[in-house]
Amino acid sequence: MYPSRRRFLTLASQLSVAALGAASGLWTRIAVAADPRAAFEATDLKQALANIGVTEMKDSADIALKTPDIAENGAVVPVEVSSSLPGTRSIAVLVEKNPHQLSAEFSIPEGTEAFVATRVKVAETSLIHAVVKTDAGVFHTARTVKVTLGGCGG
Amino acid sequence: MPDPMRIRAVMMGDVVDVKILMGHVMETGQRKDAEGNLVPAHYIVSVTANCNGKTVMAAEWGPSVSKNPYFSFRFKGGAKGDKLSVTWKDTDGETRTDETTIH
Repeated sequence: MYPSRRRFLTLASQLSVAALGAASGLWTRIAVAADPRAAFEATDLKQALANIGVTEMKDSADIALKTPDIAENGAVVPVEVSSSLPGTRSIAVLVEKNPHQLSAEFSIPEGTEAFVATRVKVAETSLIHAVVKTDAGVFHTARTVKVTLGGCGG
Repeated sequence: MPDPMRIRAVMMGDVVDVKILMGHVMETGQRKDAEGNLVPAHYIVSVTANCNGKTVMAAEWGPSVSKNPYFSFRFKGGAKGDKLSVTWKDTDGETRTDETTIH
């Protein structure tokens, strides 16, 4: 009787913490730790950001986001992000008009430069967001890429 | 057996500049084939790179990274002659690791 009662009480308190957490947004951060892949399923920019633990961000001129102004082929759009913000821990690339906004999230371990370059699919003319997590908070910049031929194979 | 990666790792001062070209279809799961059937999703979900026993890059990817991904990053702590190892894993559970020597 004692073990099951203790277990019941522990479970009840965990559930109520989770409920409080959900209300305050804390749960989304815990959920990110438990399932980082959920962020890639999000179909809304705010949701994608919340799933990578971002609920607010400040614009920063210290993030250099290089993208072409016009991409003839939306299937292969070069994106380069370089952050000179101190304590940069990760860089995420999101494409606002894509069916799933989050393209990639790069962790920047100690000793690694806050620099990444890759190529992404852009479905249609869209803002491309670079979201940089640092020890001092989350920062952001964005650039529009005009797409003449959509990139999702549709 | 997945295509090997082409990895170039070159010293730029005290920074190792890494450029990788991976062979992968990066299928989003939203494309339709000639018969109108959805081609199932099949894409790289994670990439890690190690040098001298240390993880120098870890990335989570979604299907919107382009087919035959190009990926570049830079890190300190590597020297000419050191080995850089890069691994990717995909949605099918396939994995591929390739190594290069830093020049």
